[in-house]
Amino acid sequence: MPPKIIKDRAIVDDSFQFVANAEQLPPSGDVLIELALWPEVAESLTSHSGQIGLKVPGDTELEDIQPLIDQVDLIAIEFPVFRDGRGYSLARLLRERLGFAGELRATGDVLRDQLFYLNRCGFNSFVVRADRDIEEALEGLSDFSVTYQADVHEKRPIYLRRA
Amino acid sequence: MYVYTEYDQNLLNERVTQYRGQTERYLAGKLSDEEFLALRLQNGLYVQRHAPMLRVAIPYGMLNSAQVRVLAEIARDYDKGYGHFSTRQNIQFNWPALEQVPDILEKLASVQMHAIQTSGNCIRNVTTDQFAGVATDELEDPRPYCEIIRQWSTFHPEFAYLPRKFKIAVNAASSDRAAIKMHDIGVELVRDEHGETAFSIWVGGGLGRTPVVAEEIVSCLPARYLLSYLEAIVRVYNRYGRRDNKYKARIKILVKALGIEAFRNKVEAEWLHLKDSPMDLPASEIELMKGYFPLPAYAKLTDNPIELTKNRDENPGFAAWLKRNCHPHKQPGYMAVTLSLKAVAQAPGDVNTSDLFAIADLADEFSFGEIRSTHNQNVVLADVRQERLYDLWQELKLLGFATANIGCLTDVICCPGGDFCSLANAKSIPIAEQIQRHFDDMDYLYDLGDIELNISGCMNACGHHHIGNIGILGVDKKGQEFYQVSLGGCSGRDAKVGKIIGPSFNEHDVAGVITKIIDVFVEKRIEGESFLSTYERVGMDPFKERVYAA
Repeated sequence: MPPKIIKDRAIVDDSFQFVANAEQLPPSGDVLIELALWPEVAESLTSHSGQIGLKVPGDTELEDIQPLIDQVDLIAIEFPVFRDGRGYSLARLLRERLGFAGELRATGDVLRDQLFYLNRCGFNSFVVRADRDIEEALEGLSDFSVTYQADVHEKRPIYLRRA
Repeated sequence: MYVYTEYDQNLLNERVTQYRGQTERYLAGKLSDEEFLALRLQNGLYVQRHAPMLRVAIPYGMLNSAQVRVLAEIARDYDKGYGHFSTRQNIQFNWPALEQVPDILEKLASVQMHAIQTSGNCIRNVTTDQFAGVATDELEDPRPYCEIIRQWSTFHPEFAYLPRKFKIAVNAASSDRAAIKMHDIGVELVRDEHGETAFSIWVGGGLGRTPVVAEEIVSCLPARYLLSYLEAIVRVYNRYGRRDNKYKARIKILVKALGIEAFRNKVEAEWLHLKDSPMDLPASEIELMKGYFPLPAYAKLTDNPIELTKNRDENPGFAAWLKRNCHPHKQPGYMAVTLSLKAVAQAPGDVNTSDLFAIADLADEFSFGEIRSTHNQNVVLADVRQERLYDLWQELKLLGFATANIGCLTDVICCPGGDFCSLANAKSIPIAEQIQRHFDDMDYLYDLGDIELNISGCMNACGHHHIGNIGILGVDKKGQEFYQVSLGGCSGRDAKVGKIIGPSFNEHDVAGVITKIIDVFVEKRIEGESFLSTYERVGMDPFKERVYAA
């Protein structure tokens, strides 16, 4: 059974397969490739049938992702530990600066209590840490009904929303 | 002061529910210690030497009497009957039970209070001048901008997991009473060439292990860009601040490593994308926020009424208090009054349940029901009629808050120290007491003039020892508590970090050492000179020679 993830506020099967090295790249199916591996597989990917995902660490520079952004369906940002906030800024930049419209996935140490903020920064899919209840985690997306700042979904800060 | 709309209240209520759930999941074993640590810290809950410590936010130091009564009830019902005003204008309770914190939060929420972002690696409570709105030397009331910053920074989705804590202070007066240059970001309200409100922004200041005075990153930024510029700074810090070493993770280290110019370039490059967008503050929003800080219903009065002058002339104690603890006011016939929480044998900044109730009553009777906390760990009633100062003074004497020592050597800034704090290397409150007991001659204190004495129980510097004219730092030497003394620090517009005088001292010798330092000052000073000016003129050597003389 494929692992479950949260995507667009629902629990679904994860269709992506992580590719650890060039030899493992299957001819078809949805694949997740780390940025470091990209140069090795770039050519094979041009004829790949299936969706392509790019996995990056939170400290990746935007310039390193920009050239690939039109070639990928998904970008996964890795959280080595939930307290590492770099992925939040990177997510906003991908959405707001580069206009990335594909799936933006949080992976690694991803837990319920961070989901609300992650979602506001533009993540729409979450690989919840395996030892945690994904159903419970889903509730984290609804912790608040009100916000002060603009975010990826609501472009107007509170001061442009006041009646 | 700012009054919550339904919107703000909903947010706060949802926060209480969220935190209650987090506490329940922790107690049920569904959250690890480490995971809960980050969550409870963002809610001001530390686990301390004896019990958890809950830090409650007082946004830019503003309280109303109803809020103070609730703080009193919390001290009574959930603590051992007292609270402690911190150096960032917040209040701390040292004995709540972890399980009861959600109930405390619910009680706080009923009077529009909370503990949001009072600790943890996020943007903390914004602080400002305790005399905001009444000071004679301010350009404009800074509190509307503080509230704008509070809303922007509250639950900011991108900045909840910064490399380290992040503190912002705002000043709008010619004297900087908010120590903005010792903050991660200092915001100074200025006027542009057309007389419009603008901001000069300082970045990379901070105390702790590596004290640094902030550098200016932008001058005269138009007001509409305030939040986009702050967002650019914090984003650059979030992305590039060090995360490998907790002691090198503050923004000051990043600014130093890059240099202010390179740091500014990064921020400006980011800001270009953020400015001229929906983030720009509309003039209507600034006006709306100003509307929350109207002038109180002042009576038309004149300065120096007979009730004041007569009592001043007849009563030297009142005259002394008037001189030290009362401050000039924009409105004729009014003064701002500092309640000294620095009586001898009172832990600096501590108040008990009945004190809090009494302060609330006094605020209602004398000062439009408003109270302010100060970063010097005192409390201010900002709008007192001069004709009623004598009545207030008599009430304060009964309560023990009339010690006329504001700005004096015994108005000590002091962290809770080793008696309470699990981070501390040494006790700090008993050192404050030792010094206060030693310098108990008020006339002598007045003769010495303004001297800031700050005490921290460890190098985290919560007692701001680096910026005291005299700073005392508790250190641990092979299990014994010693105290390092520094001279020449100051927190104002010309903020400076003090210099260490030499090897540290035994705890029993601290008051003696301070006495020698003061003796040198008295001998060397030129008429009217302050301690700091004398130190700056004569340098460290005479002090050092006296203190270490065989």
